[in-house]
Amino acid sequence: MDATIASILALDGLSNGAVYALLALATVLVFAVTRVIFIPQGEFVAFGALTLALLQARQVPGTVWFLLVLAAAVAVQDLAAGLRHGQPAGRLAMQALRTLAWPVAVSLLAIWVAPKGLPLLAQAALTVALVTPFGALLYRLAYESLADASVLVLLIVSVGVHFALVGLGLFFFGAEGFRNPSFWDVRFSVGALTLSGQTVIIFAASLALIVGLWLFFERSLAGKALRATAVNRLGARLMGISSSSAGRLSFTMAAFIGALSGLLIGPTTTVFYDSGFLIGLKGFVAAVFAGLASYPLALVGALGVGLLESFGSFWSSPYKEVIVFSAILPVLLWRSLRDPHGEDH
Amino acid sequence: MKLLRKTIAAAAAVAATTAFADVNIGVTLSLTGPASGLGIPVGNQFKLFPKEIAGEKINLIVLDDASDPGKGVNNARRFVTEDKVDILFGGSITVVSAAIAPIALESKTPQLSIAPVGVPPEQERWVFRLPQGFTVMAHPIVEHMKKTGVKTIGFLGYTDAYGESWLKEIEKQAGAAGIKVVAVERFARTDTSATPQALKLTSANPDAVLVVASGSGAAMPHKALIERGYKGKIYQTHAAATPDLVRIGGKDVEGSFVVSGPAVIAEQLPANHPSKAVAVDFVTKYEAAYGKGSRNQFAGHAYDAQIVMQKVLPEALKKAKPGTPEFRAALRDGIEAMGRTILSHGVMLWTPADHWGYTNETGVLLTVVNGQFVVVP
Repeated sequence: MDATIASILALDGLSNGAVYALLALATVLVFAVTRVIFIPQGEFVAFGALTLALLQARQVPGTVWFLLVLAAAVAVQDLAAGLRHGQPAGRLAMQALRTLAWPVAVSLLAIWVAPKGLPLLAQAALTVALVTPFGALLYRLAYESLADASVLVLLIVSVGVHFALVGLGLFFFGAEGFRNPSFWDVRFSVGALTLSGQTVIIFAASLALIVGLWLFFERSLAGKALRATAVNRLGARLMGISSSSAGRLSFTMAAFIGALSGLLIGPTTTVFYDSGFLIGLKGFVAAVFAGLASYPLALVGALGVGLLESFGSFWSSPYKEVIVFSAILPVLLWRSLRDPHGEDH
Repeated sequence: MKLLRKTIAAAAAVAATTAFADVNIGVTLSLTGPASGLGIPVGNQFKLFPKEIAGEKINLIVLDDASDPGKGVNNARRFVTEDKVDILFGGSITVVSAAIAPIALESKTPQLSIAPVGVPPEQERWVFRLPQGFTVMAHPIVEHMKKTGVKTIGFLGYTDAYGESWLKEIEKQAGAAGIKVVAVERFARTDTSATPQALKLTSANPDAVLVVASGSGAAMPHKALIERGYKGKIYQTHAAATPDLVRIGGKDVEGSFVVSGPAVIAEQLPANHPSKAVAVDFVTKYEAAYGKGSRNQFAGHAYDAQIVMQKVLPEALKKAKPGTPEFRAALRDGIEAMGRTILSHGVMLWTPADHWGYTNETGVLLTVVNGQFVVVP
């Protein structure tokens, strides 16, 4: 290996690592606020990429029907709970309207504009608008009623949600993969390196999102409320922060980040309905590097996973995944030696 | 009341005799579940199966196994115990075929597998496969390499059984032809990048690279090779011979070589290809029933099952009555001894030693020109 090959590998690893970083941040965010180890995080990536691909093909993406079904399920759940508690009809109607308004509106928009073939950026925006509401809906359907359950129960629910989403992904998107067109079709040559426009976009978007998240947590009230919930749920609740709306917000952000990652990765590889899982899992490995707590460490971990994967597949491609996932073991050992504490739930 | 009972008894007797006289075929296919993409076209072709062969009524009993070997076994058990079938067709995927092979052996019922399945030697006797094995598909690739002076090749394939089987086969055949495999790299269908593997292959710089992947998954490593400036020949396997390769690969797959069974490219086959007429017949009838462009290799295997039955049934009927163990044995022997037979998927020659059977005339090498598959002259 010479410097040229090493630099090409490093570039490849870092651009994948940038996407893993986004997913790692989302995983840390969701865990910190709700204690849910969100395994289906990667599914949003596949949903994002495939929704855009189907919009490109001028078809109404399956995401639309999925979103409507999910929103209807949540509305019915709310209705049942409301009736059980004997809430007035007006309030029930308001609640249903709040749940259904956005999904129905964005679905109708998608059905209307899909055959017209909008410009790529408008389709990307529509994709994000379609996939983002999945976060809060999934949280309300699967996790909210279990908010006080143990981490283990929440993890088991996550596994179930993951299998459900993969199965439904196959149903709504089909078994064949898609590759999206590049958002910016240029190539820069820096020495022996060729930098594609998409790589630049991946780095820029990841950086922008990380800075945006930092500003959100430092400067906005909602962000501070999320941080407070993450630090101490009970304390935050005593201060008047609703832990369930904090949960919904964190899941919405996770879905948004997932959809965006899907848009970023879609033009660089072929995405299948089940591609998301491994991508999400690598984000999760990076999040574990950070002890599911620290955002900057998660970023470092994700770039590390990207590099390890890229160099690993150069040296020994059959064992690539083994190398990446074995790397988690020494990290776990180190973490458990550094702060030895019992199970805290 | 007595009359009614008599009528029922008579009806039952009639039903029993007709059931005894008809030829019953048990078909288990993956019509739902993850592998339904392969099973549904097979089921479609079986809807066109002849109602009568050699004057004998054919009962085709089709059950869905939901891509689940357990359900496939249940179906097969039902076929051999309740329906008393004379022959089993299926499964449409390897795992189901492998799961029902022991039942075929136990009940001494011949099994025509629609998936390329390997079974333990003791089960081999009752299992015959309709899809081509890797040996016949690797043959045209290696022949073309020899003809165009390829001396070294690189391998870039799935980390699963499909990749492994191809690697073994290509190492064997290329080795015999004096071609060296200089680099072996692996990837998975859901990988986000094959750049490192492509880098390693381009630095080894073989004369040709064989990409072993399926459908739309075959495009990503291909594009990675082109992006890294690989200039040699790129070969793809028969699982990649679908429009999805071109849909995703675009201009990057132009000029690459893809091996394929003859069925799906019927009209383009050279006039001297033995399967031409049969393949054209399959494609015309299938597309007349299911629309233009609906042809696919899986339905072709189901069509071939029909050719085999038409050839074997008349002989077996002379030896024994349907529904008896002797008839099942006669069918099995007939299939094994039917000799060179032209199928839509190639030329079949099953022998007692070889239940895969296709001859080397089978595979056809295609190349991509302007987004279309064209036969290499």
